[in-house]
Amino acid sequence: MNATRAEVAATACGDLFRGAGTILASSIGIVPSIGARLARLTHAPQLLLSDGEATLYADTPAVDEPFREPEAPFPYARLFETIARGRRHVIMGAAQIDRHGNQNLSAIGDRDHPSRQLLGARAAATNTVNHTTSYWIARHSPRVFVEQVDVVTGVGPARARATGADRFQDLRRIVTDLAVLDFSGPDGTVALISVHPGVTHDQVKAATGFILHIPADVPETRLPTDEELRLVRERLDPRGLRDREVTAS
Amino acid sequence: MSDKRVGIDEAVASLESGMTIGIGGWGSRRKPMALVRAILRSDLTDLTVVTFGGPDVGLLAAAGRIRKLIYGFVSLDSIPLDPLFTQARERGELEIEEYDEGMYVTGLRAAGARLDFLPIRAGLGSDVIPANPHLRTVKSPYSDDEYVAMPALNLDVALVHVNRADPQGNAQYLGPDPYFDDLLAMAAKRTIVSAEKVVPTAELLDEGSFHTLLFSRMYASDVVEAPRGAHFTTCEPDYGRDEAFQRHYVAAAKDSEAWPEFERTFLQTDEDGYHAAVSRFHATQGEA
Repeated sequence: MNATRAEVAATACGDLFRGAGTILASSIGIVPSIGARLARLTHAPQLLLSDGEATLYADTPAVDEPFREPEAPFPYARLFETIARGRRHVIMGAAQIDRHGNQNLSAIGDRDHPSRQLLGARAAATNTVNHTTSYWIARHSPRVFVEQVDVVTGVGPARARATGADRFQDLRRIVTDLAVLDFSGPDGTVALISVHPGVTHDQVKAATGFILHIPADVPETRLPTDEELRLVRERLDPRGLRDREVTAS
Repeated sequence: MSDKRVGIDEAVASLESGMTIGIGGWGSRRKPMALVRAILRSDLTDLTVVTFGGPDVGLLAAAGRIRKLIYGFVSLDSIPLDPLFTQARERGELEIEEYDEGMYVTGLRAAGARLDFLPIRAGLGSDVIPANPHLRTVKSPYSDDEYVAMPALNLDVALVHVNRADPQGNAQYLGPDPYFDDLLAMAAKRTIVSAEKVVPTAELLDEGSFHTLLFSRMYASDVVEAPRGAHFTTCEPDYGRDEAFQRHYVAAAKDSEAWPEFERTFLQTDEDGYHAAVSRFHATQGEA
């Protein structure tokens, strides 16, 4: 079976939870949500999943279907306790990510007079200094990967170290529609660790608005297995929402 | 036992311009929208609003009632951004204290416990710190750790909307999440509780176990019966979000020619007039 770009990215998101154990897997976006559910159906059965509102669920339905088997109540107050306790891995989005792994969800431009007001700080600062955090970028572009973010909401490695906030920080990876990145470059900067099949290093470089650390050996992102593809296509996303988030190729 | 029931305009008439007001709910969920609409009818202004924001923030900001907004986010959930809020920010009109959500909740907990601050790990390294120059850090006396000393978010008054309350102000939620309404009530000098239905105390357990009693009458100063008082946000299980109306709100908010008509139709009227106008909206939309 030939996997699409969205399917490769969803599997890469699922692989973020390899060996995670009994923690809450939180995901923002279609592709990461397919990934978290795929992980629970395959290599990470102990993951906890919530509906993003107030309940943990035991079943693992398609991403556009409601959960049906409640496992435990999980109101927002409990979520903040779980974050502080560290038993969570979140895949967040980002309006901007910079070379130093800082993320922005808040606003573009000047703080008192932004050119584009976004959601606000949300819980990015809480997440990034308390538990494992990854990012999902559906469209890898220089608008997202910038030299310096306008507002630091999620904290990158250098800033965490400088402020003594790195004790529980665990920035894992950035999965995009082109590649998988991490924070293993010099001083915790963003590095390329795999490119999706069919993508060149030059494509990734051109879509990144800062100098990306590229190690000597950059493999291709692994392809989903036949079983994983079957789960994604038949069970987790039979209506193909993933192709609306990532342009099919 | 004291009966704290008052009319909605009477409740809002007890507020003063310049107050710090906490607004309950979360995003576009169980917001005390009837109380917000009553503020829009009043001449209250110069407010400091503390909230996990939704359309409450958009409406109050557009009407020029907010001097300062203390928040973690503003969202309409099914529609990510509230256009009235983003416009006010982009015009540079709104003074803000933007906190990480964990910090915001910790600030409410500190206020409820009458502490100046509580330590929290979150915020270190982020721009929340330089953007709020009054923030200080605190060193642990037990290790080398350093934390943000999140200052108490003390409130003059909290406004919350719940499913049921009794006349004394015992407040009950029947939906999946209490949000942070109990923390707001404890952080405030007084709390105005609006409820879908005011019932005798003995009937509070008819619809939910005693675990659904969110906070007791010791934290409630006024009780307002406001059926559909969270509209157009969710008030599960009494009703879900009015998505068609929320879309209408967003479309009008984005169009400077349509907005005055929205205000005339839905806001320049009393609470009964609002709900009548919403019914007419649905009749012409063919959706209930």
